[in-house]
Amino acid sequence: MNVTPAIVGNDPAPRLNRAAIAKRAARDLVDGSTVNLGIGIPALCADFLPNGVELLYHAENGILGFKELSAPGEGDPNLMDAGGKFPKLVPGMAFFDSVESFNLIRGGHIDVTVLGALQVSRNGDLANWMIPKRGIGSIGGAMDLAANAKRVVIAMEHTARGDITKIVNECTFPLTAPGCVDEIITDIAVIKIDRENGRMILRETAPGWSFADVQARTEVTLDTVGEVGLMA
Amino acid sequence: MRVKTQRSVSDIHRKDRTIWLAVPINKISNSFADAVADIPSGASIMIGGFGGAGGQPTRLMMALRELGVGDLTIIGNVAGISKTTGYGWPDHLYPIDQGMFFESGQATKIICSFPVPGTTNPLSEIEKAWREGNAQVDIVPQGTLIERIRAAGAGIPAFYTPTGVGTPVAEGKEHREFNGRTYLLEQALTADFALIRAQKADARGNLQYIGTSRAFNPAMATAAKVTIVEVDEIVEIGGIDPERVGTLSTYVNRIVQREAGDPLP
Repeated sequence: MNVTPAIVGNDPAPRLNRAAIAKRAARDLVDGSTVNLGIGIPALCADFLPNGVELLYHAENGILGFKELSAPGEGDPNLMDAGGKFPKLVPGMAFFDSVESFNLIRGGHIDVTVLGALQVSRNGDLANWMIPKRGIGSIGGAMDLAANAKRVVIAMEHTARGDITKIVNECTFPLTAPGCVDEIITDIAVIKIDRENGRMILRETAPGWSFADVQARTEVTLDTVGEVGLMA
Repeated sequence: MRVKTQRSVSDIHRKDRTIWLAVPINKISNSFADAVADIPSGASIMIGGFGGAGGQPTRLMMALRELGVGDLTIIGNVAGISKTTGYGWPDHLYPIDQGMFFESGQATKIICSFPVPGTTNPLSEIEKAWREGNAQVDIVPQGTLIERIRAAGAGIPAFYTPTGVGTPVAEGKEHREFNGRTYLLEQALTADFALIRAQKADARGNLQYIGTSRAFNPAMATAAKVTIVEVDEIVEIGGIDPERVGTLSTYVNRIVQREAGDPLP
């Protein structure tokens, strides 16, 4: 199974931009779910919900049910999300302290979390809080979310700068949680993780990208089940 | 101070004997400097809020900075990233964060969940101090950090959590299986002082919070030997709806009120 990836510098087609990754990730979010979106690409999911889908957004700092942000310059510091941004006050919103906020997470009450990643391994290990070379990093709520949310989706760029593969047989970066990732949505592919069997199944590719193109940028040997779809 | 709570005992007595019997020793400090004056070098200090301006005891932090004591251990959550990233601060204001105690050389250690932003350009004060070997940084998962603080206040010495199993935070900790899942033993975390922030206090020390400013404040209020609270407003006893009390006066040792119209959030 171990394959050294032939990292190819020449892409066959454009990769999706960050917004398009978020849009694809948002498509899988189920109406009525309680959802925690990480910072970066995951946070953009909120802008691309399919029609008719309403989610209950949770943020670690103690807010449930927020929607759009206040206009620039109009935010209230006492009405913040976990990314340090200021949502508007909307009906149905709830405030609570950090004990309650992490009861919600640790207790398994978050239906889906969408997070970023530095590395994801074949069996769903996630590394997203520290680059070893830097030697210091920030965990925040990531370990609690990754270990305890019912479903963990990663939204990220497929490779790191220099086309370095991030989907690896074994994570070399410090873990956030082992065996937790259900699905990876990148700028070139959608990959489902069959954790029980340690398999990664390529479900979709970006337009103009073949199985071989994605495989060449992925350390883990990919499987398919039926047709590989098109990301759109 | 503009506190209007100093009614005579006989007034209160006539109105409600129960309240009179329970009138506490005066918890109101006259200034932020007074409120922190007895914090010694070497103290461990919890700083409430989440990170960002809301819920942060910014005036108490500035008073501690002014006091100048050193060798401090700071316990916070998102710590020291606002100054370089603007995290949680309105655009037009110059952010103040826990990094100030590392910039001043007063703090030698921090226990927190989020000590550095994604970017290293410019370096945050905490990362700078850490790189120079002047600061120990203990990074704790946020849910574990808040539960360690809650446990300390609740008289629970340790607890098992699933968070962190299989990661560097599990190293050296007891593991135990319950119903087929592995958990880590984490210990309660206390401190000498807690500096916290609330919207309102009554003269007895009951606190009311607003919006997302709760965060770490209510748990920290229960976990430290001395809890010092910065509030926007002190009201008389009865001025907080009992249904809205977020922290019980029992946990509160000192209250200090901000100037009206303080430009800092």
